[in-house]
Parts: sequence; C-alpha cells; structure tokens
Amino acid sequence: MLTMKQVSKVFRTAMVETHALRELDLQVNEGEFVAVTGPSGSGKTTFLNIAGLLEELTSGSYLLDGVDVKSLDDHARSKLRNEKLGFVFQSFNLIPDLDLFDNVDVPLRYRGFSRGDRKKRIESALERVGLVSRMRHYPAELSGGQQQRVAIARAIAGDPKLLLADEPTGNLDSQMAREVMQLLEDLNAQGTVVVIVTHDPEIAARAQRNVHIVDGVATDLDRGPSLVRPAKPAKSGDHPAA
Amino acid sequence: MLGYYLDLARRSFKKNVALTILMVLAIGFGVGASMTTLTVLRMLASDPIPQASGKLFTVQLEPRKARGENPPEPPEQVTRFDSETMLREAKGDRQAMMTGGSVAIEPQRPGLDPFFSEARFTSMDFFAMFRVPFVAGGAWTAEDDAKNGHVVVIARTLAEKLFGATDVIGKTVQIEGTPMRVVGVTDRWLPTPHFYDLNTGEYGQVEQVYVPFSTSRELNLHRSGSMECWGEHGGNSTALDAPCVWIQYWVELESDAKVAAYKDYLVAYSQEQKRTGRFERDPNVRLRNVMEWLDYKEVVPNDARIQTWVALGFLLVCLINTIGLLLTKFLRRSPEIGVRRALGASKRSIFMQLLVEAGMIGVVGGLLGLALAWLGLWAVRHQPTDYAELASLDLPMLLGTFGLAVVSSLLAGLLPAWRACQVTPALQLKSH
Repeated sequence: MLTMKQVSKVFRTAMVETHALRELDLQVNEGEFVAVTGPSGSGKTTFLNIAGLLEELTSGSYLLDGVDVKSLDDHARSKLRNEKLGFVFQSFNLIPDLDLFDNVDVPLRYRGFSRGDRKKRIESALERVGLVSRMRHYPAELSGGQQQRVAIARAIAGDPKLLLADEPTGNLDSQMAREVMQLLEDLNAQGTVVVIVTHDPEIAARAQRNVHIVDGVATDLDRGPSLVRPAKPAKSGDHPAA
Repeated sequence: MLGYYLDLARRSFKKNVALTILMVLAIGFGVGASMTTLTVLRMLASDPIPQASGKLFTVQLEPRKARGENPPEPPEQVTRFDSETMLREAKGDRQAMMTGGSVAIEPQRPGLDPFFSEARFTSMDFFAMFRVPFVAGGAWTAEDDAKNGHVVVIARTLAEKLFGATDVIGKTVQIEGTPMRVVGVTDRWLPTPHFYDLNTGEYGQVEQVYVPFSTSRELNLHRSGSMECWGEHGGNSTALDAPCVWIQYWVELESDAKVAAYKDYLVAYSQEQKRTGRFERDPNVRLRNVMEWLDYKEVVPNDARIQTWVALGFLLVCLINTIGLLLTKFLRRSPEIGVRRALGASKRSIFMQLLVEAGMIGVVGGLLGLALAWLGLWAVRHQPTDYAELASLDLPMLLGTFGLAVVSSLLAGLLPAWRACQVTPALQLKSH
C-alpha cells in the first residue's frame, strides 16, 4: 500500500539546514493498522505529510498503491490524494462555514461524483459515524468528539485505501478518544489501511504495529530489522523537525 | 465545478459582507466613471457614416487675395462660383454643394401656426452621397437643380407634423410663401457629428427641409453658417461672383486613383483660375475624407479626452485597491485552502475557485457600474452642450460596461488567487 525507500526530507533556509527525515524505509501493507510514535520534533508529522502527498520528499522513493509519486505534477498528486487517501487531523480542520453535509461533500466534489452519488456517500459516511441526523448542523454546534467523527466521515466518504490520522485524539477527552479509536479500528476491520501518528502510548498500544521515529529515523518496534533501517546517530548541528 | 465555485463565492460574500461591498463599490465606481466618459468620447469621436467615410471628401481651394505670407491652409469653405463650376464639371463619382439655412413654413393644417425650420440648400447627389434613408420618394432631379425646381425633401418628423403622415409625395409645402412640391421624405437620420457642415452645430439636429441650392438663391432664402469675404461684393455676399467662401463642397471618389486624379483636377483648376486672374495665390488644395476632416477640425473636445484619461486612471486606482482587498480576503482563508488542498483540490482548482469569486464581484460591480454610468450620462444630458442629448448607453457600451467590470475584477483577482493557491497545506493544517 505504502512503500518508502531511503526517504529524506531536508528543510533549507539561508542560515540552517534541517533534516526532518533521514533515509527512512517503511512499508505498510494492505489491512494494517500502524501507529507511528516518537517524541515531539522527531519527524512524525513530516513523515505523515510526505505520506499524504502534502509535502515533497527531498530524496528517496515513495510508492503509494504502486504509483511512484515523485514524478507526479500537482494536478496528478492532488488526484491521487483525493482518490487514495483520507485525512484525520488533531484539530479536525472542518470548514466552519459549511454544515456537516457540505463538509463531507468537499473531497467528493473534487472527485467529480454525480449529485446523487455524492448524496448517497455523504449520508452513508455520516451514518457510519452516527451523525446523519445532524447533517445540517454546523461544526461549531458539535462537541470535539463529534467534530472528529465528522472529520472521519469526510475522510472515508470517498472510500480511500489509506487513512492518515495525525494525533486524532489529541484534542479529545478519554471517553471521546476511545470512541474515535473504536471508529478507526472498525474502519480498519472493514479493510481500510490506517496509519496513525500519536505520542499517546495507550493509543499506540491498540495498533497492530508500531513504528517509532526518532531524529527522522524510523524503527519498527514489532517487526524484524529487515523492514527497518537501523537508527543512525544524528550529525552534530542537525536539527530534527516536527 | 462552476456551480460549486459560484456557490462558494456566494457563501464567501455572505461571510465578509463589508469587504465584499467595498470591492463592489471600487469596481462599480471605477467602471461607472470610465464608461460614462468613454461613452461620451465614443459618441464624439465616432464615424458618422462608416459605410462611406473613406470615400467622401471635402474640397478646399485657395481663392483669397495675395496679402502677406501664404496661409498654410486654404479656407474650409469654397466660393459659389467655384462650387457651381466644379458641380457642372462633375469630375467626381458624386458631388454636392451645400449651405445651411432656415425657412419659414406656413402649414395648411388647421391649428398649426407658421414656424421656422432648419434647412439645407444643396444639390441632388447630397442624398445618395450621404446615404440618406428615405421613407417615401427620393432626391430631386438634375433638371430641378438646373432649373430652380420648386421641389423639397422633408424629414419624416416634419411630414408627420404637417400632414400627419409620411406618404406625402406630390403634396405641397408653403415655404416663404412659395408652394414647393414634396418629392421625398427622409427617414430618421442623425449623422453624429454633423460632419458635412460643422458651422451649424457639430452635434445638433439635422435639417428638416432640403431645397435645391439654385432654388434657394432664386427665392433668396435665408442662409446660415460662417462666411469669409476678402473683397467688394456690392452688398450681395451670396452672388455668383462674390469673393466670399460660404459653401461646403463634398465629392465622392471610389478609388485611390480617382482621389489622386481629383486632386490633380483641383490643382489644374486653381492654376487656370490664377491665369484668368480670379485666384492670386499658387494652388493650395486639400481633399480630406470624413474622419480626416473631423480630426482636422478637432471636433472631439480636449476636455472629453482628458476626462476619459482621468476616469481610466481612477479605474486603475480602484483596481489596485481591489487587488489589496482580494489579497486580504483570500489569504485570510489560507486554513480553508489548506484543508481543500489536503482533500484533493489541485492548485488549479483553488485558483479557479478564487477567480470565479473575483469574477462574481465583477458582475455585481458591473451592475453597479452600469447604474452609475447611466446616472453619469443623465448628468451629461443636462449639461448645456450641443451633444448632451446624444449621451446614452447603447448595446455595445452596455455590454462593454459588463465586460470591463468582469475583466477588471478578473485581472484584480489574478495575483491574489495565485498567491492564495501557493499556500502550503501542511503548514495550514498543523497551525489551524
């Protein structure tokens, strides 16, 4: 599903060069539920942004569902992102001016589905997260947990193969966090690959597989060393980024 | 996607009503001011007879006494003697001599008092040369020109006033006490500007009565317009041999070769007149077509040009303001743009979405601009100028107003939309 080889990401300014990811190798297969953990500034979010085609990698290769993303232009990357990926963010990132129906509609609009098809998908996605009855409400009228469920509905409405979640429970209390995790696990059980970035050990423990990133280098905690490169010590003067 | 973008634009307007109104006002006022002045300029500078303006030439000769330095330009009108000679020799495809005048009309219709009417004393080809439309009948004949025919062509409005109908060929109109037979009724015709005689008002109404020139002299009808004399004329400045220029002479020439030949003819004619002693100066002739003539006469007032440039400058200032406002508006939406990018919108999609929004502002600004242009032209119509009543929006200018508004707003939206679609989604999603 997701294959990264020797992926590096360097942020350069006039004064400093920051290595956010260093020759990262990672493979995520169909059906997996992977938690990516690491301390703040370790490079987890950079990994997620590259995986989600929101940032370009500096070197290495990345195949998403068999497609080499490095050669794609913005239009093709956007299309691939729209068709293959779903995003769930820590701060939900719902559009406040749109009601739940229209929020879930956003990715479907860019997909080019017909009006009827979009309506069916939106209602079905909101049904799955238990909010179909509130689809004409606005995000501000919902609790944090409900907003995150809407974000999940938006992420899954287009039937993506891979769901990328960045600290999805970070802004929720424990009860709501459990509900959201249950929802993600259910989706994974139905076949969606889930990659979740978290620094919460309890959340990570619920994943089938844990990948730990430190100083931009990934270590697979549950698999043999064949899938993961050994961590290299950071060079002096380098600063890993978030 | 256009429908979706229009819906998003509508929502965006509702969200930032004050900012939207500011932009609409900026576009509306800029476009309104520009279209008002452009409409006036277009009206003043338009080709009054586009189907023939390149083939119609006004003739200038130099018949004046040789006193001091030769003036660079010959007089703008010609003498009666030269006009009648050139008309007789008929070297052009068509030719007409003419002067303005006014005549007293005594209606036979009960309840209608006698009145004065603007007139033109001319020759037969006038109507064909200037493509005058007829609703009934037509021009008089060459015989009428030669034998002072008591015939008249009248305008449709005058026919309706005198007879209550336009089919009045053969009826009689009493002009200065002389019965004149109606041979033609012209349809609505308003060449703007009044190119063939700029002495009787550049943008006024056209004449209501046309009488053969020869008849006008026979009946001694009152002429109007400017006149320049340089010698004794025994109190009769309109006599055949009076040393006065007061007649406009126009000729139609179908090709460049004929223009060159006609110019040669005018030079030869001037030389001949010098030999006989009528002309004292060397030949100095001009043949200017309609647009060259209007240009030479500087018919378009400088004020109108300056006002147009000022208004276009104002539009530019309005556009720059709109660019600033759109930039603020679009960049404030960076978080939403980041989310849309993450959910599959390409840069091109975001660019189009924002450009549609800018275009919508242009459409609304265009409506406002149209209303303001209409108001501006209403104000122009109440100015004491002879072109005032012609100031109105026609279809091309109406469409032009919309076009200018939409194109202006799209231009204003280009930079802000481009900047907004460069937003880094990853940054926005984390900081949102």
